[in-house]
Amino acid sequence: MSVGQGVESAVEAGGFDEAPLRDLLETYQDQRGALIPLLQGTQAAYGYLPAEAMESIARALREPLSQVFGVATFYAQFRLVPRARNVVRVCHGTACHVSGAPLVSLEIERNLGIGDGENTEDMMFTIENVACLGACGMAPVMMINERTYGKLSPDSAVKAVKEFRAKEEAGNGSGDTSAVPEVEDADGEEA
Amino acid sequence: MKKDTRSLLVCQGSMCISGKSRAIQEALEKKVAGTQMDGDVEVKLIGCHGFCQQGPLVIVEPEATCYTGVTVEDVDDIVQSDLRDGQVVERLLFHDPETGSPIASYHDIPFYGAQTKLLLRHCGLINPEDIDDYLGVGGYEALGSVLERPDGREVLAELKASQLRGRGGGGFPAWRKWEACLDADGDEKFVVCNADEGDPGAFMDRSILEGDPHAVLEGMSIAGFTVGARKGYIYVRAEYPLAVERLRVAIDQARRRGYLGSDILGSGFSFDVEVFLGAGAFVCGESTALTLSIEGKRGLPKAAPRPRTTEVGLFDKPTLLNNVKTFAFVPLILAQGGEWFARIGTEGSKGTATFALSGHVVNCGLIEVPMGITLRKIIYEIGGGVPEGKAFKAVQTGGPSGGCLPESFLDTPVDYDSLLQAGSMMGSGGMVVMNEDTCMVDVARYFLQFTERESCGQCVHCRLGTKQMLTILEEITRGEGKPGDVEFLVQIGEAVNAGSLCGLGQSAANPVLTTIRYFLDEYEAHIVEGRCPARSCKALISFQILPDKCIGCMLCAKACPVDAIAGERKSVHVIDQGKCIRCGMCEEACPSRYSAVERTSGSLAEGGEEA
Repeated sequence: MSVGQGVESAVEAGGFDEAPLRDLLETYQDQRGALIPLLQGTQAAYGYLPAEAMESIARALREPLSQVFGVATFYAQFRLVPRARNVVRVCHGTACHVSGAPLVSLEIERNLGIGDGENTEDMMFTIENVACLGACGMAPVMMINERTYGKLSPDSAVKAVKEFRAKEEAGNGSGDTSAVPEVEDADGEEA
Repeated sequence: MKKDTRSLLVCQGSMCISGKSRAIQEALEKKVAGTQMDGDVEVKLIGCHGFCQQGPLVIVEPEATCYTGVTVEDVDDIVQSDLRDGQVVERLLFHDPETGSPIASYHDIPFYGAQTKLLLRHCGLINPEDIDDYLGVGGYEALGSVLERPDGREVLAELKASQLRGRGGGGFPAWRKWEACLDADGDEKFVVCNADEGDPGAFMDRSILEGDPHAVLEGMSIAGFTVGARKGYIYVRAEYPLAVERLRVAIDQARRRGYLGSDILGSGFSFDVEVFLGAGAFVCGESTALTLSIEGKRGLPKAAPRPRTTEVGLFDKPTLLNNVKTFAFVPLILAQGGEWFARIGTEGSKGTATFALSGHVVNCGLIEVPMGITLRKIIYEIGGGVPEGKAFKAVQTGGPSGGCLPESFLDTPVDYDSLLQAGSMMGSGGMVVMNEDTCMVDVARYFLQFTERESCGQCVHCRLGTKQMLTILEEITRGEGKPGDVEFLVQIGEAVNAGSLCGLGQSAANPVLTTIRYFLDEYEAHIVEGRCPARSCKALISFQILPDKCIGCMLCAKACPVDAIAGERKSVHVIDQGKCIRCGMCEEACPSRYSAVERTSGSLAEGGEEA
């Protein structure tokens, strides 16, 4: 992520609603070590860290903006650009890596036409490659939002993403894919 | 638990939850509620039971019947057959892979048999969301008796007798840290629990937080009393939402019952714990970086010479910082005595070690073994060996700071010193088994990619050295390796390890150095012969279709993303080696009963060899 991206997206966003941030500042302002919880809260409220929010936080904590920006860019959790509505997290932990995660990633990226950290044009999906989801027993693993899909093959991973999209587009909006088998077996055996 | 009551324990570790164990629990509750058994049968959630490979698990106690791979559809059978009619549901039992016969009690399953559960003794037994369950197994008794003493000197003596070494990976004697923090001057001190489990391939700390959170809180409270701190922090990864939630429930319950907060159990001692969500930086596993992170700064390890965290730590106050497992051991050690603990394990490494066993092993899961057990016993007896008849190649411990050990080390005892001597390390507890299809150069590249990304950038050796090593490793795996690369890697690697400030940099080169030490032939095959012996590195392999096996079903041609496969239906397909990007989709697509796509080491592109 770069400075340019952050500023641009905030400008695009136009009107910045300060209300959620004000509540957060009220809660955390006087705490020792408030910066990271504040940034986490801000990201939870806005989906990312708008430039205006970081400026307000810096003012409220009497810290230089560079310090706030430094922290925001040091930690992997923080994003300076908005994320799509749904996040596909592809695990690249050791167990997943040796069980075929690179191929799974490649297929998902090819299918969605985006790379790691990017959003699809329709803002349906963001792909995030993550270090380890801690579900090594089901490697290779990915998550779509809060749901885990295990024992993936490149095919079954793409199928899960497609079915998720179909459901979303069909309009039962919540992104709940209870009909999709979460733990799919990798072998596409049928001829 | 009432007498005569039978318990249906539904595993809700993270892996079983992804297998819908929440719905299974609800269905069981509903089913039981509608019968006369209601009241004699309790359905409860438990933390990780360990046998993740076979999840979701439902355990029936006191019989210890272990049902594996349970689905919501199996609920009727379990309730009607087992609970009502006393007939074990055989199809849901674990079946011995050799004899094929079902095993009812988990005590008889080899996966559990070779384990010694001390730290995990409550995981998979008690409901982590219910403090009464923890109290029912003697929880908070150790804290109670500690608080009756005038000070923490007795706790220190027990810790010293136990010879417990810190479970974060370094293995520093725990009592020394505790004593240093106790002796440090200062009216305000802190206790910090490091639950920033960032190693790829590790889920031990997470499972303990999810399965037995009160043990960690109790250990921290005892630490607070011992060193004279009134406030504790648990630094936990934000990526572990379930662990965070269970911790918060546990803290809330402990406060309400007077085990946390002011004047604990009427002793006059006050101690409270706050959960801090780590924002995702591997380097924060290092103590000085972690404390800076809680202060709201970037997690840059402090420069040497630096004061000890026990003297100048969080907010510049004396701070006791230990791993989740270290704290969770404390109540047990105080209850059973330090000498009892010291009888388990080896001369230099006491007690047990917890591992997240994963990778190419039949039984993935969370295990606990006495120190000194051999790698062979872990991998073959508990882990059930390497699946699909493949050969073992290496076992990786210690995550990005550790190393890959080959078959000749399988009889090495697992303890801090032996693993260190072998060039790896105990680490926090990730253990990944790798089979013959794993390219060790690629594994080294994989870990370096991780470390290069996670390097905080302060030390030149770490910042530039990891980058340079990664570049060389990428070149080798792309088939662009040059003579002299290996020697250069060793030279840079040794410099990075020597010239970095913190544990991340000081061990960053270990995956490279150990793979070079034990798998030099693989590096040479890549560089000199232009082939990947494990048939894994794309630039150094080829795919071809075996004419005698291909039936012309078109599946591979359809799967090929670059239209490199030619051939009509019912005629043998041919791969255009010039077009082929070696993604392996054709191999995936070819039905296993034909297995007509062959992966070969080395390139066919220029060789002119046609399938």
